[in-house]
Amino acid sequence: MATMRDIKRRRDSIQSTEQITKAMKLVATVKLQKSRARAEAAKPYFDLMYDTMNSIISRSGAVRHKYLQSGASPKKAVITITSNRGLAGGYNNNIVKLVNAELPAEDTLVYAIGRKGRDGLARRGFAIQGDYSEVINDPLYQDAAELTQVLLEAFARGEIGEIYLAFTMFKNTVVHTPRLLKLLPVELPERDGRADGAADTEPKARAIMDYEPDDETVLDAIVPKYMSSLIYGALLESLASENGARMTAMDSATSNAEEMIEDLSLQYNQARQGAITQELTEIVAGANAIGG
Amino acid sequence: MADLFKLKVVTPDRIFYDGNVSMVELTTTEGDIGVYANHIPATAIVAPGLLKIHEEGGQVQKAALMAGFIEILQDQVTVMAEVAEWPEDIDVKRAEEARIRAERRLKDRYPGTDVMRAELALKRAIVRLETKAK
Repeated sequence: MATMRDIKRRRDSIQSTEQITKAMKLVATVKLQKSRARAEAAKPYFDLMYDTMNSIISRSGAVRHKYLQSGASPKKAVITITSNRGLAGGYNNNIVKLVNAELPAEDTLVYAIGRKGRDGLARRGFAIQGDYSEVINDPLYQDAAELTQVLLEAFARGEIGEIYLAFTMFKNTVVHTPRLLKLLPVELPERDGRADGAADTEPKARAIMDYEPDDETVLDAIVPKYMSSLIYGALLESLASENGARMTAMDSATSNAEEMIEDLSLQYNQARQGAITQELTEIVAGANAIGG
Repeated sequence: MADLFKLKVVTPDRIFYDGNVSMVELTTTEGDIGVYANHIPATAIVAPGLLKIHEEGGQVQKAALMAGFIEILQDQVTVMAEVAEWPEDIDVKRAEEARIRAERRLKDRYPGTDVMRAELALKRAIVRLETKAK
């Protein structure tokens, strides 16, 4: 049986860990509120962007545009959005696992936003093409636009044939789903869950759309904006998810620590009780020996 | 009185404007346009310029609109703006400085100057100043 001193030391160490996790939870809670508000403020733009894109594409069925078909290269680019810091439960690992499962390591170039995803994928044999980890600390629309620029240039040079985006969708404080989205060529799959149903209205009366100056120029200009806005939206949602995940992880860490402290306190008190009893027995035995 | 239609101006950070209007004026890459209700469906690219919103009661709201695109449907117009600013959001001093800087860059033409970028910056600064002045 562990001695009293060992138990006490162990309990103290868990206690200080608990303080840290508690503080981290509080910080994450505050950050979550902020990043969540940002993600929600930005939501209408992305939903509208998606709808507008949808209606534009659906009205221009015959248009053959370079952004609407895959490039010649078998290489795929993937933007992975993770965090720079750990202690967020499975948040980072989920993205790494998802990318690893869906894309072949030898044919994929990673544009990493977030160090954890970068390191995780590098360990699994992915080539890291770009590292934009600073961005996740404070995402700006400008960052997304610049990344789009870099990717579209590589796409135009024929270095990559498809572009994906791996991010974590923020449903609510405890539910975050990692998702892999195809950015280019533009495809508009079912929007499962991305909108809250409100945006699902079928564009009524599909009149012929008039493009000024012409459809190619318009798509040239709109697709980059569409991409940037999806990336920006993904950044904000991931940030909210990160804080949510960290909050949940730290919350359960705190309650685990509390449980352990309780157990150890009990053990400590039992050990103390045992020590006192033993001492008493010894004294009594000693007294009897002298008196006898 | 012209018919009203729904106008939405959205930026990545907020819904900039949402309401029923009688006319909206803005600049596209093809020149200035004015849109009334029942316009034929069209999509155009927005160039930096003044956005004028003619509201129901006849008031006119002005804003600086930088980049994005506009989707016109019969009863609804959506402007997806990358940057849009009301006059009160604009910092005149900064815009003035940006204008001077851009003009210098264009005048000197050092090798390596990104002329298109400088021109765009100049345009943005001018639009900001115009929006504020009126």
